[in-house]
Amino acid sequence: MPSWNALDRVFDRAFGSTHNPLRQLGTLAFLAFWLLAISGIWLYVELDTSAGGAYESIAALSRATGSPGWLMRSLHRHAADAFVVFTGLHLLRELLLGRWRNFRRFSWLTGTALLPLMAVSAIGGFWLNWDRLGQFSAIATAEWLDALPLLAHPLARNFIGAAAVGDRLFSLFVFVHLGVPLLLVFGLWFHIQRITRAAVFPPRMLALGTLGTLLLLCIVAPVQGQGPADLARAPQVLSLDWLLLFLHPLMYATSAGFTWALTLGSFAALLSLPMWPLRAPAEPVAVVDPDNCNGCRRCFADCPYAAVTMVPHPNGRSGRQLAVVDADLCASCGICAGSCPSSTPFRSGDGLVTGIDMPQSPIGTLRRQLRDGLAASTAARPVVVFSCAQGADAARSAAPDTLVLPLICTGQLPPSFVEYALRDGAAGVVVASCRDGGCAFRLGARWTAERLAGQREPHLRADVAREQVLHVEADAGEDAVLCSQVEAMRERLKQIKAARAID
Amino acid sequence: MADISAASVPTPPPATRRGARAWAGQVALYGLFALAIGVFSRWPPYHHLAPDMALIKLSLVHAGKPVGDCRKQTPEELARLPPNMRAPTTCPRERSPVTVELDIDGASAARVVAPPSGLSHDGASALYQRLPVKAGERLIQVRLRDDTRSASPSYSAERRVTLAPAQVLVIDFDAEKGGITLQ
Repeated sequence: MPSWNALDRVFDRAFGSTHNPLRQLGTLAFLAFWLLAISGIWLYVELDTSAGGAYESIAALSRATGSPGWLMRSLHRHAADAFVVFTGLHLLRELLLGRWRNFRRFSWLTGTALLPLMAVSAIGGFWLNWDRLGQFSAIATAEWLDALPLLAHPLARNFIGAAAVGDRLFSLFVFVHLGVPLLLVFGLWFHIQRITRAAVFPPRMLALGTLGTLLLLCIVAPVQGQGPADLARAPQVLSLDWLLLFLHPLMYATSAGFTWALTLGSFAALLSLPMWPLRAPAEPVAVVDPDNCNGCRRCFADCPYAAVTMVPHPNGRSGRQLAVVDADLCASCGICAGSCPSSTPFRSGDGLVTGIDMPQSPIGTLRRQLRDGLAASTAARPVVVFSCAQGADAARSAAPDTLVLPLICTGQLPPSFVEYALRDGAAGVVVASCRDGGCAFRLGARWTAERLAGQREPHLRADVAREQVLHVEADAGEDAVLCSQVEAMRERLKQIKAARAID
Repeated sequence: MADISAASVPTPPPATRRGARAWAGQVALYGLFALAIGVFSRWPPYHHLAPDMALIKLSLVHAGKPVGDCRKQTPEELARLPPNMRAPTTCPRERSPVTVELDIDGASAARVVAPPSGLSHDGASALYQRLPVKAGERLIQVRLRDDTRSASPSYSAERRVTLAPAQVLVIDFDAEKGGITLQ
């Protein structure tokens, strides 16, 4: 989605890709949830959980300007607003980037299922305060639920007089606002079940920046109660939290039936997205060759979606293991092939068969393309560009002295291919990956950077001339960035050649 | 030998090293985030009820009369029943729907027909309706019919009330208080 990618780049310029909030929306939503939990526990200690005492217990916090309780009261509300904003943007981002089908279906469905839990948790929180806004929200919710033919007696009758709202009803409010968030925790755990190394906390600087912003907002614009609930009087003008309570005005502006149709229709549409199109082609998944798998567990460690498990090797050797791919979980990214020590192109033999490979883009084919491309090049020492099919289009960098070899994900590239290309006649090698945080397969760019830097196995050997190797991070749409970096590499290689000639 | 440093552009440098423009960008974007949350968590004000309006809530739970009369069972009908169920009379289980008509200042403001609840339509009827009305002195007339066998209302109430702006007037039914209540 070009427009979202353009927005990403605006934020990249300010934050850098690693700390770009748009690339960290999921972890930021988690941060908001942790803040909600901490401030919520604080408020629960302070709250008088009775219909008669609830308002005064919270109002006392609002009056104690500067106290921890005063801060927690505002933080709880603003963290809830942030939670909704981050989650909404997270959903929008995944939607615009088309990340809902095949191996992402589970995450999409479990994430969508969290939305009603979020809504119930958020709306239920206003009732506990039992001010005029809470009164409005509770009655609006009851009237909305009454539109469904579920109950014999209208729920809204619970609010027709002050005598109707007793401590028992308030216990129900407490149950809703504590019980549903607990379900939310359980749902969040499900949501991240199928990804490895799931981040539930944003990078430290981003977390501090977000927390600081929210705290500043709490100080500048503290949340105030709107007077105690009075069921003998209807609220006329309310300072409404539109981010959390927008359904209520929508219902009164239209009808309960329309609001139900809109919310249920939207929810059903989101849930049904992974089923369309019905015949979506699935990419071939990784295949393990037992004869070439030595059970080293690197693919198991590097797979971003926990699709690889280790089982005892069928050859029966004690302690020897074999990788097994779960086709339902496999993202077909090829990161496992890049991690396999058997993927080294220095192995002898015409055919290169590795331990775990992608049928649509085997490592053996990559070696043959590299060899043939270098042999066929009109340049004496061409530049080899290993590019990511999900990132910037390397076609703009094509030139007679440049050999472009596309990969499913740059994580598919065994670092030994860089050394192999240099030894086989390449003047330099450019490895083009997506930006950190922008990898379509989550960890491909990170693993590539760490492997090239010698921080992760399999690593690029230390004696490979680093000045002849360039790692470029460029997302889809950043073709010009990649092109200029390749051009810069050409210039650098000319300087190296000239310097060596002087020597 | 010429000085050739290692080539690498692994990641954009952290913002701390990217100068004032990056910092300014961060401040602006954090500010935009705070502004969005700060504003839309309280603004624009929501006008739920106009300043000159009051609210009438027509809400009651009441069980209608059975839809038919009880009758004596014939000896043949009694003979078909188990001995312990041979009651001399039988009554229809289904109840009448409850019809409530509300007139304000002589004009019809609402007419609600609430069907009996339950799978066998033998439960109480319940209704809830909110009616925003102009504040001021109003003549409220309520008629309740709970028997399909009768065309006339079973209960009725008439009262002149003065509604203050934002006041909530609840029209309910309480058999112990004589039927329709306005409070």
